[in-house]
Amino acid sequence: MHNAKARVLALIGFALTLLTMPIGASAAEDWGKYQVDDRRSGYTYAAQETRSMQDDNFANPAFIWVDQGETLWSKVEGEAGKSCQSCHTDAAKTMKTAGTVYPKYDFKTKKLMNLEQRINRCRTENMKAKAWKYESNELLSMTTYVRFQSRGEPMNAAIDGNAAPFFEEGKKFYNQRRGQLDMSCKNCHEDNAGNMARANLLSQGQGNGFPTYRLKWQKVGSLHRRFRGCNKNVRAAPYKSGSDEYNNLELYVAWRGRGLPIETPAVRN
Amino acid sequence: MAKARVKTPKSVKKGEVFEVKTLISHKMESGQRKDKKTGKKIPQMIINKFVCSYNGKEIFTSDWYSAISANPYLAFYVKADASGSLDMTWTDDSGAVFKKSAKITVT
Repeated sequence: MHNAKARVLALIGFALTLLTMPIGASAAEDWGKYQVDDRRSGYTYAAQETRSMQDDNFANPAFIWVDQGETLWSKVEGEAGKSCQSCHTDAAKTMKTAGTVYPKYDFKTKKLMNLEQRINRCRTENMKAKAWKYESNELLSMTTYVRFQSRGEPMNAAIDGNAAPFFEEGKKFYNQRRGQLDMSCKNCHEDNAGNMARANLLSQGQGNGFPTYRLKWQKVGSLHRRFRGCNKNVRAAPYKSGSDEYNNLELYVAWRGRGLPIETPAVRN
Repeated sequence: MAKARVKTPKSVKKGEVFEVKTLISHKMESGQRKDKKTGKKIPQMIINKFVCSYNGKEIFTSDWYSAISANPYLAFYVKADASGSLDMTWTDDSGAVFKKSAKITVT
């Protein structure tokens, strides 16, 4: 009697183990909004500590740049006597989706233009002010501030029409092996996302959190700075920030992350 | 562009323990890095002291050394018996002092 009872209990226990095991062991983690189909934000590859830094807008040091961008938004500069606010009024409303559509085809130069360049275009043409230097604190602050207004909105850059040839160029760049290590972007971020490269966990290389606060940089940096870093890592000569090559790549990378929410300013290691 | 940010609850109950969060923008130059162009060491420039006083009375101080990240974040807990002003100061190696205050209402 006692024995039979024990056996029944053991069986139940075994059945329970069978039921729970596949869920715990093999089912993929639910990343909620940070995953769209098989596309995963860099957030899902970051350490818990890094993620909680991003989750708390106060602990996220990138908000120093957001604050500075907000100040610059209403600062009158240039001969036209205008600030961003003069035309675009309330950034929270007017810039709601601005962060999601760049890089975008520009009819004037007949090539792609990213958000940084769009901001500088406004400065030189509409404000008659001096363009900010790429990677300068001012341009980073404004880009971060503008893209922050689109936080939560899905990435949605157009790759058809006029943008199509640039998208193809970007795709080619992405898959092209380069540098002494003879590696393409794809080799790490598609073939080996989720695997370790020495001590670093490789992510899919998504751009939805940029400009991002990188702990390694100890400051906010642009996506093109990240591209340069990646290119240097494979011992290739990097292109200039804001170059056509990187703009094309930015479009391809934006497409790879289509639908992922803008996380600017994200925190990454 | 050293700018300090402080977050506290606006009003607290008497004797209630509450959290004070602070974050200040500072490059926190460690003194270990070399200038890539000249090869010379970049001199240390970090915040070395943090003091928080409540209604003029020092309630929390800390000495900082190297190996603290740029834009340091600091959080600590305070208990207040009366309304007043939390005054925080950060001092760096150049002697520059950054200040930020927050009003606390005790109910």
